[in-house]
Amino acid sequence: MQTRKKYIFITFFASWLLLFYFGGDQIKRLAFLSRKKAAVLKNWPRWTDRSLLKSFADPEELQSDGGHHKQSAKARRESRINIYKHSRCRMETCFDFSRCEKHGFKVFVYPVEREDPVSESYLKIITSIEESRYYTSNPEEACLFILNIDTLDRDHLSIQYVHNINNKIQGFPLWNDGQNHLIFNLYSGTWPNYTEDLGFDIGQAILAKASFYVENFRPGFDISIPLFSKEHPQKGGERGWLYQNSVPPKKKYMLAFKGKRYLTGIGSDTRNALHHIHNGKDIISLTTCKHGKDWEKHKDTRCDKDNSDYEKFDYQELLHNSTFCIIPRGRRLGSFRFLEALQAACIPVLLSNGWELPFSEVIDWSKSAIVGDERLLLQIPSTVRCLHSDKILAFQQQTQFLWEAYFSSVEKIVQTTLEIIKDRLFHRESRPKFVWNTLPGGLLALPEYSTHLGDFPFYHLQHGSSPSGKFTAFIRAVSPVVSLSQPILKLIQAVSRSQHCAQILVLWSCEKPPPPRGRWPQTAVPLTVIHGRRKVSDRFFPYSAIGTDAVLSLDEHTSLSTSEVDFAFVVWRSFPDRIVGFPMRSHFWDSSQSQWGYTSKWTNEFSMVLTAAAFYHRYYHSLFTNSLPAGLRSLVDQLSNCEDILMNFLVSAVTKLPPIKVTQKKQHQEAAPQQMPKSAAVSSGNLHFSQRQDCLNQFAAWFGYMPLVHSQLRLDPVLFKDQVSVLRKKYRHLEKP
Amino acid sequence: MCASAKYNNRGPALIPRMKTKHRIYYITLFSIVLLGLIATGMFQFWPHSIESSSDWTVEKRSVHDVPVIKLPADSPIPERGDLSCRMHTCFDVYRCGFNPKNKIKVYIYSLKKYVDEYGMLVSNTISREYNELLTAISDSDFYTDDVNRACLFVPSIDVLNQNTLRIKETAQALAQLSRWDRGTNHLLFNMLPGGPPDYNTALDVPRDRALLAGGGFSTWTYRQGYDVSIPVYSPLSAEVELPERGPGPRRYFILSSQMALHPEYRSDLEALQAENGESVLILDKCTNLSEGVPSVRKRCHKNQVFDYPQVLQEATFCIVLRGARLGQAVLSDVLQAGCVPIVIADSYILPFSEVLDWKRASVVIPEEKMPEMYSILQSIPQRQIEEMQRQKWSSVSNPLFLPLIPPQSQGFTAIVLTYDRVESLFRVITEVSKVPSLSKLLVVWNNQNKNPPEDSLWPKIRVPLKVVKTTENKLSNRFFPYDEIETEAVLAIDDDIIMLTSDELQFGYEVWREFPDRLVGYPGRLHLWDHEMNKWKYESEWTNEVSMVLTGAAFYHKYFNYLYTYKMPGDIKNWVDAHMNCEDIAMNFLVANVTGKAVIKVTPRKKFKCPECTAIDGLSLDQTHMVERSECINKFASVFGTMPLKVVEHRADPVLYKDDFPEKLKSFPNIGSL
Repeated sequence: MQTRKKYIFITFFASWLLLFYFGGDQIKRLAFLSRKKAAVLKNWPRWTDRSLLKSFADPEELQSDGGHHKQSAKARRESRINIYKHSRCRMETCFDFSRCEKHGFKVFVYPVEREDPVSESYLKIITSIEESRYYTSNPEEACLFILNIDTLDRDHLSIQYVHNINNKIQGFPLWNDGQNHLIFNLYSGTWPNYTEDLGFDIGQAILAKASFYVENFRPGFDISIPLFSKEHPQKGGERGWLYQNSVPPKKKYMLAFKGKRYLTGIGSDTRNALHHIHNGKDIISLTTCKHGKDWEKHKDTRCDKDNSDYEKFDYQELLHNSTFCIIPRGRRLGSFRFLEALQAACIPVLLSNGWELPFSEVIDWSKSAIVGDERLLLQIPSTVRCLHSDKILAFQQQTQFLWEAYFSSVEKIVQTTLEIIKDRLFHRESRPKFVWNTLPGGLLALPEYSTHLGDFPFYHLQHGSSPSGKFTAFIRAVSPVVSLSQPILKLIQAVSRSQHCAQILVLWSCEKPPPPRGRWPQTAVPLTVIHGRRKVSDRFFPYSAIGTDAVLSLDEHTSLSTSEVDFAFVVWRSFPDRIVGFPMRSHFWDSSQSQWGYTSKWTNEFSMVLTAAAFYHRYYHSLFTNSLPAGLRSLVDQLSNCEDILMNFLVSAVTKLPPIKVTQKKQHQEAAPQQMPKSAAVSSGNLHFSQRQDCLNQFAAWFGYMPLVHSQLRLDPVLFKDQVSVLRKKYRHLEKP
Repeated sequence: MCASAKYNNRGPALIPRMKTKHRIYYITLFSIVLLGLIATGMFQFWPHSIESSSDWTVEKRSVHDVPVIKLPADSPIPERGDLSCRMHTCFDVYRCGFNPKNKIKVYIYSLKKYVDEYGMLVSNTISREYNELLTAISDSDFYTDDVNRACLFVPSIDVLNQNTLRIKETAQALAQLSRWDRGTNHLLFNMLPGGPPDYNTALDVPRDRALLAGGGFSTWTYRQGYDVSIPVYSPLSAEVELPERGPGPRRYFILSSQMALHPEYRSDLEALQAENGESVLILDKCTNLSEGVPSVRKRCHKNQVFDYPQVLQEATFCIVLRGARLGQAVLSDVLQAGCVPIVIADSYILPFSEVLDWKRASVVIPEEKMPEMYSILQSIPQRQIEEMQRQKWSSVSNPLFLPLIPPQSQGFTAIVLTYDRVESLFRVITEVSKVPSLSKLLVVWNNQNKNPPEDSLWPKIRVPLKVVKTTENKLSNRFFPYDEIETEAVLAIDDDIIMLTSDELQFGYEVWREFPDRLVGYPGRLHLWDHEMNKWKYESEWTNEVSMVLTGAAFYHKYFNYLYTYKMPGDIKNWVDAHMNCEDIAMNFLVANVTGKAVIKVTPRKKFKCPECTAIDGLSLDQTHMVERSECINKFASVFGTMPLKVVEHRADPVLYKDDFPEKLKSFPNIGSL
């Protein structure tokens, strides 16, 4: 009986959720009610014979499920494919999955010819795809196809408008009624109706479009993308503007809008009413009548006053200083201000009925935006005033996370689009919603690595788990083992004595063969030799032999004591998403050269911990190998240098935080480059160093920004060098001179 | 009036009398938590029973006595369901703002018996489930009996099962409801849609603009943001109490328990069984049961007979395969049994899919991939399976989750709590004022019997100094979120902590910037489990571990002042004020509980002047103090329901601390000197 009641609750909960999802001011609706006065309400009757009521269906009926009259599964699938085409496309009816089975998720871009008129933005999209790990130049192995025809602007009054697309695509042998094609679009339709017609037949192609109207949107098939401007960077992209979590999280203005007021035409219902909520104090809603050539024709009595008020405020200043920003529809549903507000941590208040929000398939916008209803504009001020500070604080942070994870560059927008499609195709290896909506975001959590959240370094906190209690020591050996006193042998012994060490892997990257089994030191843990391809990027390959969450990455020259290893590992367990290690380096802005500088000198701060002696999560091997652009990896392989800097870039780009340095007795010396030509031996030190400085600048250019962050602290054991008996100290060996 | 003012002390209106009401409130309010739960996860949070509201007048009547309405044959029929309906096109929002406080009101039409011209019943009057559903709505605070105030209308016409009603006449019955208005703002509940031969995936009763909470939607009939997909209720699950089963391996890897499978599917499954032997169990209807045994409670494989639904608990994965309909009651049984569902139903919209993260609790396999099911499932790591079996996840949601390093220029506000030690206070002020990043100093004057010294007597310092006089001598005053605090960082410092150097304090601030969501403090403490006494113990000796820092000298985010003042669980805040002790331990619990993170102890240990002692001399007093502090830990752990403190073995020092390097080149040379 109880379970049934629980069940009834769940069902009622369904209706409740529905209320929750009202397009209108969702928050205000959640107002809970004052206690009812007894005996006033006429409740639903307690029927005297309620226990005699029949169930809605008897178990037999439920279990037999309509008896045996059933269509065969195959026949059903086939008839479905014929019925659900075009405007009713879904992946299972309009997409050919078999194309993706053999070669995986590969994307082909029709080669762009010189004479093709392609806009800057479309070029950025194409470049992003060509630089992505999914790109293929071979249409035979492609799973997804991207046109070389610029379809971004389909307003036929626009100069960017490409004519006769229908004829062109019909001539493409690969077109196949658009099957497995992905079409990008930012603007569709034109004055006065702005219908979402693209001016050509997209057939069964997937449409990634800005300003999508829900009715035109084919759920699970199309993708709503944000409108971005010509200036939107191809990669990298600016950070969000939130640099502190102020409490209370309210800014100078509560709510702001500055933009055009449409006096007529589509979208004018809302745009023409926005001025009503302006109070000149904490709600600034400014409109101008000046737009289009003939605005004065439609001019009304407000215009002059409004136009002059409009000039008094600066849009950028409002963005910076408002807690909430109104994002009304324009002529089309989406607008640039959506991304602008997101970046500015100005919580978007959307007034754009029927807009399918960007990446709505994976992003939970209820955590970062207020989805308002145009019809309830006048309730917006009280809605936002009632939003609890805790929620504002969380919303502000979430805008920043979303901006940096999915929107700050064209590359991210394109990548997100591709990953969403890929998640549909490879359902087993796809990301749960949680991953998309939690730092560091879906693009940085590779489902091919694992679908188990506990296998990633980021989710332990929310997940209530902790990383495994052992580590794998991973030593890169580049020189032959000739003498028993070689540092690598000592290192193996020291590391293997750590109580947390599970195994030792030696990556053999030397021309000479490794010594036979018996020549390696006797260790209590298994020692395995892996043969590498003698490239430096090999050291970050996701070898299946690495069975532990933690990797202790080591160079053959590194010298560490067991105590140091033990302590560093314990620290790493507290910071499993960061690099935790010993040798530190720093970057700085060299204003005389106008470039980044690199230093290995002793400094009061650092921004890198070298992987010659550092713990990090094995996931970063996968990320390094699978998500970094191939160009970067081949760069470090060519130089035989900088792979450790690149790893620091990668991890800091994920965490936005510095690495962690732990206590070390001896200071690490920058290792000379391996396998250097003999003639260059003298100057090699300098060469090596200047190479590293070059790397720093090249990486920063590739990433589009400088992800490294400085830290001023070192983590020592609690009693380190305290004046207390060494016998009380757990890590006393760290203090011996 | 803002609703938010209410939610601190009021739980969800739906279940006014339950202990976990705050919890539920947040579940329902923030979908962030919802995302982490799945249907049965929620079952755990909902109450096991509702007390009936005895103080309300309740009619006592029989269902048979309800008025009969005769529907003329030519009475109007609503349009078919409008597939393009969305909130902004078909829903009347203006109805929902009638009362400024109570935004949502749900009205239930009174129960009628509908008959056609010939007096034949249109449908069963009402089913047990629908009656309970309506009772639950009626018992909630959403309910109104005033049709003019309602935002949402729920007809009492039971359409849970399409097979038990006459479609045209039911539609006519809907159309004659007093506020029908094309079905605007009307909500219908349906679990078994469609009928032979083609089994539509949504209710066939013409319903115009009405919203539909339905079981078995397909992607073509589901109107996202308008309809809600709900599970198909299984009355069987209600009859049988299944024991809790923890995660772990089960006897069968894959189990299929559905009886009415299409022969094609069945032969696919049987092939699977033939390939993989005993780990796959495909059950079917029992053919030779003795009289009186309900066939719905038994399943058979060859000659073996199994109890259903108990047998579901013996399997790791249980198949939920589409039949004529997409939504299957077996999904409810499977979830109830703690078996991980394998959903094989192309284009099916899973229940509550917009808020539930089904990928974390189920495996969805396309119908075409059925033959590969075994290998697909085998590729799932055991740890992940166990997590799916658990069906719920811990959810620490750090309020300061974004990784930010606040700008140094902001500085920090020092707050000194003082009673009457003016001389020592002035020394502290003078010392702290030397710290470069200090931006303001706030003295909280906790002595109501004495006024603070005159302005002219205070030390002259380079930053603003404000004195706040409190109205009561309470320890919690130190953690009040004063408006005067304009920085994110707060340094709480006792009026007798004069031994910290400017370098140490400045360094502490720099460390806080790197860990702004943690307590960053100087003296560290530890909690230990006392195996003899079977309880927690407080430890202040020289240990290799720390789990707390004392707030006699600690940096933390101003946000935690709000948390301490307004969100401290249970009676801890008052308890601390009454006992005049342990406010620091309470703060450590609070921060660790909400962030899941450990404290950061900075710089080497110093001989603090027994900073936590309320009385100065004497070993015995000291011991009493320790006992009291231990009691605090035990008390707080029981209020929090968990031990949130995290133990670590590290502390933060400047990068070059004690390194062989010229002192004058170090940023923070003066560290650790006594």
